[in-house]
Amino acid sequence: MTENNSEQHAIDTSTIQKIARLARMEIQPEREQALCGELSTIISWIEQLGECDTANVEPLASVTGHSLPMRDDVVTAGNEPEAVLSNAPEEASHFFVVPKVIE
Amino acid sequence: MSDILSMTAVAARQALDNKTISAVELTEAYIKAADDTADNNAYVLRTSDKAMEMAKASDKRLAKGEAGLLEGIPIGIKDMFCTQGVETTASSAILKGFVPPYESTVTENLWQDGAVMLGKINCDEFAMGSANETSAFGAVTNPWTASEGPLQGKALTPGGSSGGSAAAMAARSTLLAPGTDTGGSIRQPAAFCGLVGMKPTYGRCSRRGIVAFASSLDQAGPITRDVADCALMMTSMASYDSGDSTSIDAPLPDLMDAFATAKNAGIKGMRIGIPDEYTVDGMPDQIASLWETGRKWLEDAGAVCVPVSLPHTQYALPAYYIIAPAEASSNLARYDGVRYGLRVDGASLDDMYAKTRGAGFGDEVKRRILIGTYVLSAGYYDAYYIKAQKIRRLIQNDFTNVFADVDALLTPSTPSSAFALGDESKDPLSMFLNDVFTVPANLAGIPAISVPAGLSSDGLPLGLQLIAPSLREDTLIKGAAILESAAGFDHVASGAAS
Repeated sequence: MTENNSEQHAIDTSTIQKIARLARMEIQPEREQALCGELSTIISWIEQLGECDTANVEPLASVTGHSLPMRDDVVTAGNEPEAVLSNAPEEASHFFVVPKVIE
Repeated sequence: MSDILSMTAVAARQALDNKTISAVELTEAYIKAADDTADNNAYVLRTSDKAMEMAKASDKRLAKGEAGLLEGIPIGIKDMFCTQGVETTASSAILKGFVPPYESTVTENLWQDGAVMLGKINCDEFAMGSANETSAFGAVTNPWTASEGPLQGKALTPGGSSGGSAAAMAARSTLLAPGTDTGGSIRQPAAFCGLVGMKPTYGRCSRRGIVAFASSLDQAGPITRDVADCALMMTSMASYDSGDSTSIDAPLPDLMDAFATAKNAGIKGMRIGIPDEYTVDGMPDQIASLWETGRKWLEDAGAVCVPVSLPHTQYALPAYYIIAPAEASSNLARYDGVRYGLRVDGASLDDMYAKTRGAGFGDEVKRRILIGTYVLSAGYYDAYYIKAQKIRRLIQNDFTNVFADVDALLTPSTPSSAFALGDESKDPLSMFLNDVFTVPANLAGIPAISVPAGLSSDGLPLGLQLIAPSLREDTLIKGAAILESAAGFDHVASGAAS
């Protein structure tokens, strides 16, 4: 995005597939074409920010203006495996179970 | 029964203290009201047995003279708040069946103060939406209906994302409602449903136990029938919480006192800014004229109104639609089918993630995750995400500059009254524009309130918004008290329980 970019920013199906993969989120093939249009419209609209001069402006990540509070590094909770695992889709011997990841 | 339902929370507290009603009677009336208005789909889960137990406990405390601030007040909870032992889904299929083993700090504060839990309330999926149409539980219907014109006879949106909460308030199936507001999700539904809605200063209410959407913007606040109830509920909800690293450790001003002061003495000398940039193209005449009327109401009570300029206002909405999806894409990475919620089996771990998330998230959530992933991806991070954070700084500076001269700002709450369900959901961009007046306060982290100020020509509620500097919720309550008295808004939705 350059400061004076006025061209439409088109998002194609390969971009949709790439970001869906990055997000680990399956997109139905029949939705891809519609998403190209929807995201292109939104991204093109966002491009208007290019016309705003932000030279020498510090990015703002937090509005609170104070640094993160520190606390003593002590255990305040824990040893509740049943509670931690109570919503697990699959668990065994106090572990979350996932598909095999090592060949 | 109708007498019970017509009481505000402040009035109900008084009646409970005076023993003219019991907490059990009050709770029974609201359980019946929720039964009678179930068609609006505001509740996604009813906890009536739990409510009756809590009401009985309240009656015992009332009898012993140990009543809390919200003792015996029945409350439905937006499904964004984790409630211990009670299913919490953020209205998403991916969290179906999730039963939190802990309570959110905000709801814990309500229960500590004696409130009674009626159930969990519908919202846009992960609070992403402005019409409550993205919920996995289906849309919510606004209890208000148009009296004439093209919207007559149509089901209207209550707004969103706290649409179920606002609809339940307008239907009188809850007496108070906590909402969450990331870009307007308390104020816009409050405006659409004839209610008071406050987004306090970022950090006033703990985010601990609230399902995360965009963590630098998310803030809980009250949706209430009037300004006095707002002051009461805000007092209960706010607290410093070491469990939220962005929680503010500063005392909340005495909001009940601020309300009483404004009612008794007016707001003589208060300086109110009218931002030029909030006059947007295509603003309906009746919203422009209501805004002008609001200015006169404040002046009649002693305020001095002056034009001010917030020059970067037009960039707030596009900057928001980079920052909020970016944070959402990061926050929602946790829904992976491993620790909680939905799992769809796959050939590999990655395949399981992708199938689970593909099946569990709805279209709007997917769209925002994709946008967020895109603007954070290599090669685009500086151009979009850093650019938006720089704009955010400029927007915050705009507010800092005007608040050197004025105590608060007056704007419309929304660019329209409630629209028909289905009207805007096909076009994501036009849905975003609902938040044009509400988003800047989220980006700057400052408090804002919407107050019902009148009806449109077709009989639908319209709201005015006040915006104040950081930590000055008392200024909002004072200004809102004046707007409320002058407006005399005493209309009741046609779909309200009686």
